[in-house]
Amino acid sequence: MSAQAPAEAAVAAVLAFADDELVLGWRDSQWTGVAPFLEEDVAFSSIAQGEIGHARALYELAADVLGGDADALAFDREASEYRCAPFVELPLAGDWAATVARHWLYETADSIRVAALMESDWPELAGLAAKMDREEAYHRMHAEMWAEKLGGDERFAAAVDGLWPYALGVLEPGRRGRLAELAGREEVDAVERGAHEDGFVALHEEMTMVRRSIPGAAW
Amino acid sequence: MVTAAKVWEALAEVPDPEIPVISLVDLGVVREVEVDGERVRVEFTPTFLGCPAQEVMRLQMAEAVRALGAEPEIDVVLDDSWSTDRITPEGRRKLEESGFAPPHPRTASGPTLVQLDAQAFRCPYCGSNETRLENLFGPTPCRSIRYCQSCRQPFEQFKTI
Repeated sequence: MSAQAPAEAAVAAVLAFADDELVLGWRDSQWTGVAPFLEEDVAFSSIAQGEIGHARALYELAADVLGGDADALAFDREASEYRCAPFVELPLAGDWAATVARHWLYETADSIRVAALMESDWPELAGLAAKMDREEAYHRMHAEMWAEKLGGDERFAAAVDGLWPYALGVLEPGRRGRLAELAGREEVDAVERGAHEDGFVALHEEMTMVRRSIPGAAW
Repeated sequence: MVTAAKVWEALAEVPDPEIPVISLVDLGVVREVEVDGERVRVEFTPTFLGCPAQEVMRLQMAEAVRALGAEPEIDVVLDDSWSTDRITPEGRRKLEESGFAPPHPRTASGPTLVQLDAQAFRCPYCGSNETRLENLFGPTPCRSIRYCQSCRQPFEQFKTI
């Protein structure tokens, strides 16, 4: 715990970040067993596991302030209480071009967010962000490698176009210009946090099934 | 009477759950040991946040402290203070002997694909530098897969963190 309690807005941002990582990790894990080839199956599953590990650490940090624990924050809330960006909710498993497009845009946005959090005046958050950044370096390399590989592909380009307003919604308005710069695109109206995509309720039901069946279950 | 030295000794016997040739002390994840009478506080940083072996590590450390007749408190610290640079020379030697290439030293800017594609990574089987990156990700978060073009042996490379 910090000597001084972190601001409510900082805790809310940590929770929203945790929700992003959990839901994206969950969506990415839907490729496990069916990725385009074996090495990619291993890689994408490992990335999904990494995102969920980050979600856990962020939930634990939020729980230090809000009470409860990481599992309770991850799985015991109502669907309407999640603050993830609609971007991470989109069900893209089955469409590798769109999945790589999201992966690349998300990692790019995430690098901006993590760099900002490394400067946080909440010391535990700054420390955690620094650790996450070291791990995310591998996610970023993977995303860049694929974005380069699919660079001339029409389906990939169309997917990036379609996902762009969603990707902007990951970041606070003041940081979106930087994402536009890194992605080489114009800033447009973002799909903001708050509302959920149609498929989110089904995803939430799946994610919370064990905890709803056995309250407090740990595994 | 439990002493910090005895606790360190006991923790040096706790194997890493996924690479049991190396102990948690060799891995450098034990940061601090504090003894206060019958209570022992161990500060621990996991290698990777998504490492599924974290819980097992905590339980095993607690068990090792209890075996000394003390009450353990395992504090997990999640910050950037653990790096693969903290793996001890002894740990690196054990890794290499078991076919895991030890991590390269950390750099301020972190690794790049160009660097990983370069042939500067040594095969733990034959010592050749003629190796290539096969997969950035491996069977656990901490490892990549490389392939040795000299002895044609795939091997696991510890990621630099």
